[in-house]
Amino acid sequence: MIVVNEYEALLEAYGKAGGSLDALRSKEVGNLVIHKNRVLSANEVKGIKVETEETETGVNIYFLVEEGAKIKYPVHLCFGVLPKEGLQEITLKVEAQADSEVTVIAHCIFPNAINVIHKMDADIKIGNNAKFCYQETHYHGESGGVKVIPKAKIRVGKKGIWQSTFTLIEGCVGMLDYDFEIFGEEKSINELLVKVFGKKEDDIKIVEKIHLDGREARGLAKSRLVLNDNAKAVVMGETYGNAPFARGHVDCIEIVNGEGVIARAIPVVYVSDKQAKVTHEAAIGSIDKKQMQTLMARGLNEEEAVDVIVKGILR
Amino acid sequence: MLEVKGLKLRLNGKPVINGLNLEVKKGRIHGLLGVNGTGKTTLANLLMGIGYPDEGSIIFEGRDITKCTISERARMGITLAWQEPARFEGLSIKEYLKLSRNLDSNESESYLWMVGLSPAEYLNRAVDVSLSGGERKRVELASVLAMKPKLAILDEPDSGIDVISLPHIMNGIVEMSKQGSAVLLITHSETGIEIANRVSVMCAGKIINTGAPEEMCQWFKDNCRTCDHIGEPAHEGA
Ligand SMILES: Nc1ncnc2c1ncn2[C@@H]1O[C@H](COP(=O)(O)OP(=O)(O)O)[C@@H](O)[C@H]1O
Ligand SMILES: [Mg+2]
Repeated sequence: MIVVNEYEALLEAYGKAGGSLDALRSKEVGNLVIHKNRVLSANEVKGIKVETEETETGVNIYFLVEEGAKIKYPVHLCFGVLPKEGLQEITLKVEAQADSEVTVIAHCIFPNAINVIHKMDADIKIGNNAKFCYQETHYHGESGGVKVIPKAKIRVGKKGIWQSTFTLIEGCVGMLDYDFEIFGEEKSINELLVKVFGKKEDDIKIVEKIHLDGREARGLAKSRLVLNDNAKAVVMGETYGNAPFARGHVDCIEIVNGEGVIARAIPVVYVSDKQAKVTHEAAIGSIDKKQMQTLMARGLNEEEAVDVIVKGILR
Repeated sequence: MLEVKGLKLRLNGKPVINGLNLEVKKGRIHGLLGVNGTGKTTLANLLMGIGYPDEGSIIFEGRDITKCTISERARMGITLAWQEPARFEGLSIKEYLKLSRNLDSNESESYLWMVGLSPAEYLNRAVDVSLSGGERKRVELASVLAMKPKLAILDEPDSGIDVISLPHIMNGIVEMSKQGSAVLLITHSETGIEIANRVSVMCAGKIINTGAPEEMCQWFKDNCRTCDHIGEPAHEGA
């Protein structure tokens, strides 16, 4: 009974947070719902194997996409902690075998958090010519009492594709310590995108590291932050071009929109092969004046104009 | 509908707008012709409320708007298309057209057609760096059209434009006038100004002559092309 109540409560929060309830209920859509350290529901679809093991503080997950499997619908994951306090440690082992294709949409929900820690340690292997899209979206309450610590090591095989988006724009961030590191082999595509809206006393650290180890590997480490109030952020976008014709780009925008904001960007571009090329651009500053004036010349007031610009950047 | 009287502005101690008088009539295309550096963009900004003059007044429909903000002027029906329009990441052209008022999709599409852009190809594209300079300026004009302003200030809509975009830009301006908007058409070259009903010639922060387009173009060629009055008092006695 408790499990059912917990499940219903989490589903309700998930729906409010914009998650697709139909996806969690459908038999044709792969899903996995975890509350704290309990697996509340798991639905495998053809081509995907999921094994879970509950631990004292979280869940160990083994996620396999079988060779050649093209998964029709995105697989939905839901991680939540509903009480005010709690520790959730997720260990994730992903193997996407050769020629497979899947999109995974993860929702992380901590609506009532006063003191919640969510840790994810992911070890991800993308096979040759496999494609893996991972979208993680967070929904936090307004108290800022969440510590989110997602770490991932991703290995992408020949002609493999990894594209991930980490989005934390609803509620207060709290503390974020994001660290994704990716190693791309020959002709692989390696893209990391982070979008964060920092407010109040939020403390944000983002590390995006891309190693382009194979010939013609491509990389993009992109980040978009908007910082209000006293939010602090540091973004480290690093790309290492280690092979001939490897191409990488680091692209960071941080909008400073509060009196107490401190924003830093530390891009590293490193090339150890004379035929590799890595570029970077970083822009940190307040909202562009001309953008503001343009929107105001269409009749928007200052607040509305800021809103349009911020929404665009975090889209 | 727009009356500018004795406008003055110094920037870094230098007079950039230097006692400027101008009248734009309702529903008309009024050309403003002047060489580079003569203060046209500065004037456009002052009319929109981007910065305020040191002296003089701006009267719009009988009301003194000299101290009004950008948003206030926009709500009265004044808008500006920049010489180099800003870019917006994550904002679609569709959304951009709807900033000033709610449009149905037919209407949005018609404004894009007026500047020669195919809605199917452009409506969902972003108003960001992926647009070429010409495309961006055409989108800007479409968004001014969508606003149906009483007065549209167009700062060099034809500059930096490729030959393909140019006729679409001109068409957009004519459509604007057909819609009933007054247009202040700012340009540094005589080409294209024939669509104006009246033309004023600007030099060193002042209007120095006003008349019919052909007459003013000739006068501009004869007097301003060789004049080096920039930053100094304008033609005396003109
Ligand atoms: N913010 C500024 N500070 C100082 N001088 C300026 C500023 N903006 C424009 N100017 C000067 O004012 C003059 C007119 O500029 P502008 O209005 O851009 O001319 P136009 O649009 O006719 O080419 C130029 O000499 C320019 O250098
Ligand atoms: Mg100019």
